[in-house]
Amino acid sequence: MAEGNGAANQKTMTIIVTKGTLDWAYPPFILATTAAAMGVDTTMFFTFYGLPLLLKKLNLKISTLGNPAMKMPMMGMHMAMPNWVSAIPGIDSMATSMMKNMIKKKGVASIEELREMALEADVKMIACQMTMDLFEYKMEDMIKGPILGGAATYMENALKSNVNLYI
Amino acid sequence: MADKMLDAKGLNCPLPILKTKKMLNEVPRGGTLEVLATDPGSVADMASFCRTTGNELVESTKDGDVFRFVIKHVG
Repeated sequence: MAEGNGAANQKTMTIIVTKGTLDWAYPPFILATTAAAMGVDTTMFFTFYGLPLLLKKLNLKISTLGNPAMKMPMMGMHMAMPNWVSAIPGIDSMATSMMKNMIKKKGVASIEELREMALEADVKMIACQMTMDLFEYKMEDMIKGPILGGAATYMENALKSNVNLYI
Repeated sequence: MADKMLDAKGLNCPLPILKTKKMLNEVPRGGTLEVLATDPGSVADMASFCRTTGNELVESTKDGDVFRFVIKHVG
């Protein structure tokens, strides 16, 4: 997939990835892989809670807290997750494994798969240096592929891009 | 008969498109790729993918729960 036609009309996209829960990891990786498949030169900038999505071993979770829109399908109905539910011990692990089962059953790719496909498709990944420092991560903790950079690195890419997203 | 076949049945967005793109690279220019999918979103997605990448969507049909696409590798 590493073709990139190099023409002057080459379209480009950047995505700022700020969230690292299982649910929020999907939009940036889905869009990045799809854009790359459509010939778009794509850059992802991983910052704050999005940065751990570059860790070698992912163990992503969802939280039931503060998400009244989360309605899990259950026995033909939809079960809402009001905030008080999140006080039940182990509820987040339970919701996470429910979600992972659904993902598998519905033929949805895992984040690991999408990340691998993004790298294969030459999606550029930038790990935010400041966040690395702040949360004490080392490049050795991360998968191979991302480069280190800061806001200026991102801005240089964003300024010449057709699409810039903040997720 | 298409030059290549891709069975993307049971896969959800964005996998049918990602696999189509990968397989299309193996189809010589002017050749065709036949894709089978069950994701109803792939009807609109396959058309968008082809328009954007300059490939030609020769056929887009439905047989029961299965969508069938024939794409000519142009772009």
